[in-house]
Amino acid sequence: MSNTPAAADSRSPGTEDTAVAVLQPDTTAAKAFVGRSPGQLAWLRLKRDRTAFGSAITVAVFILVALLAPVISRLYGMTPTAGFSDKLNFEGLPVGYLGGISGEHWLGLEAGSGRDLFMQLIFGLRTSLIIAFAAAIISIALGVVVGIVSGYFGGWVDQALTWLTDFMLAFPFLVFALAIIPIINTALYDVGEEVPGSFRITVIIAVFALFGWMTTARLVRGQVLSLREREYVEAARAAGAGSAHILFKQLLPNIWAPILVAFSLALPGFIAAEAALSFLNIGVVEPTPDLGRLVYYGRQWLGTPDWAYFMIPATAVFVVVLAFNLLGDSLRDALDPKAGK
Amino acid sequence: MTDLADSTASAATTTVPAREPLLKVEGLTKHFPVRSGGWGKASVVRAVENVSFEVRPGETLGLVGESGCGKTTTGRMLVRLLEPTSGKITFEGEDITRTKGAKLRKLRQDIQIIFQDPYASLNPRHTVGRIVAMPLQVNGIEPPGGVKKRVQELLETVGLNPEHYNRYPHEFSGGQRQRIGIARALALKPKLIVADEPVSALDVSIQAQVVNLLRQLQRDLGLSFVFIAHDLAVVRHFCERIAVMYLGRMVEIGTREQIYEKPAHPYTRALLSAVPDVTRLGSASRIKLEGDVPSPIDPPSGCVFHTRCWKAQEKCSAEAPKLLPNPNGSTSACHFPETGKLF
Repeated sequence: MSNTPAAADSRSPGTEDTAVAVLQPDTTAAKAFVGRSPGQLAWLRLKRDRTAFGSAITVAVFILVALLAPVISRLYGMTPTAGFSDKLNFEGLPVGYLGGISGEHWLGLEAGSGRDLFMQLIFGLRTSLIIAFAAAIISIALGVVVGIVSGYFGGWVDQALTWLTDFMLAFPFLVFALAIIPIINTALYDVGEEVPGSFRITVIIAVFALFGWMTTARLVRGQVLSLREREYVEAARAAGAGSAHILFKQLLPNIWAPILVAFSLALPGFIAAEAALSFLNIGVVEPTPDLGRLVYYGRQWLGTPDWAYFMIPATAVFVVVLAFNLLGDSLRDALDPKAGK
Repeated sequence: MTDLADSTASAATTTVPAREPLLKVEGLTKHFPVRSGGWGKASVVRAVENVSFEVRPGETLGLVGESGCGKTTTGRMLVRLLEPTSGKITFEGEDITRTKGAKLRKLRQDIQIIFQDPYASLNPRHTVGRIVAMPLQVNGIEPPGGVKKRVQELLETVGLNPEHYNRYPHEFSGGQRQRIGIARALALKPKLIVADEPVSALDVSIQAQVVNLLRQLQRDLGLSFVFIAHDLAVVRHFCERIAVMYLGRMVEIGTREQIYEKPAHPYTRALLSAVPDVTRLGSASRIKLEGDVPSPIDPPSGCVFHTRCWKAQEKCSAEAPKLLPNPNGSTSACHFPETGKLF
């Protein structure tokens, strides 16, 4: 037996010796070995996933473009609002094919206004992503807080919060948004007064957050309900840990994975919902660049033979939403390999 | 298994001196309210009913009984994970039944628990070092030489490689995980450990190792144990005194010899006769109980065992027997205790 004397002392001889050999591999091997956390294992699985790789690259490019939009604008030599009406024909359509795509205007021009579509697109992407990220962060945070409080404290608190969750889920979101967004905008600004774009964006984020937290709250509540009875939580309680320790040190590390997945799947949902609102002309309106608004604007030229300026922003919305969704799915598979596909 | 037999014999010769009890439990009762459906009739599950026992310093008390008899509920009440409905728990002469706040924190350092399932009792997101250091951390204890040194000492005490400090629970086997759980329970230097079926989830070959480790710790650290189990062989190996529970009640309590050789309660006899033994193969001495355990929502009147007892008479269904000393030496709750040896 190659066990150390100290280790041998602490145990009775006989049946233990075989265990000692197993438990005490030679120390050099033990030193070289580094334990892998569940998070590291998930990362390894994610790296092997080709869909994840492709969608992650796409998402990264979109985010980078949105972040660097002002820099790109300077290098490109145009602003999103500058109109080039001299390049439009008498009907207001861009001169040339495919919406006037040229070396100067990479994605052509917008019909009617004559604005550069590439600039509109990257600044629109910026608006869409800002709204989606802000709404996702706020709604997920709200959902996590409600879910944890509801699941951990139980009793009447849980009943009240569950009731509130069901109540909010019963609201038809789009109808409600159609009603409330114009009301808020007109209530705070006089008739004829210009509603600033930043205010419109804030209202949209607030409405999304208000209607987006319920699924996360349910998810987190379920997780907390199942985890709080685990023996390691009881062990912490038996050792004298308070609620804060149990919630943040014991429970939260075990629910961040589903929270992350919920976040990554909420993002494309919000991008699509925001595009839909703007397409209905109650979300972001002129002159703020936005993907949904671009589609809305391009829609009126659909009857003309050349409708690239409609297809390009629509395709952009499609690709962004698809890439975010695929990334979210891959993330879920990597974090929870046991869940069925 | 020569080691097993040997240690049983050596422990049997040591007599238990009469000392002040470390833990004293009187009339402990736990009722869980249940409701069938949203608006159904409310009723109570009488999980534990009027249980009393004592644990002396350095002693191991075995709590045995079949599944659902209230052993685990009793154990959880001792470590104050569940609040008793009524009854009194005294630890070192102090009533701890309703202790709260800072005093409860202090108390929790003296009474720790080892759990049954080594897979559910360790947080999968924490390293072994963090798991074992958790009790020190939540109590704000800074051991001499630092937390890491203390944790490594503890790991070594339970027979694990201290180098495994940074590993995660999923990298260990069931037996090793249970050792981690034991190290965590030892971190606060408790006086009493409630071991809730610590080996029943383990492979038979590992069970003996873990039980031997617990024995070793008990001798070295002078620990007292409340050892909850349904495996009578393990309890015989480990416990000096044994309490038998049935349907939330204590039916018999006595020393190892009294319980295993001359059990007085018919239920204890039936339980012991169900232990497989190669020396009694095909023997007719196996007592077969008829029927199922009654529901703890609606327990039988009088002696709760009378519905399945072959000795039951009219008195048994009318009057609940008290825990009284019987001619065989142990204390049992039976109107007609058995006399003589088991086999």
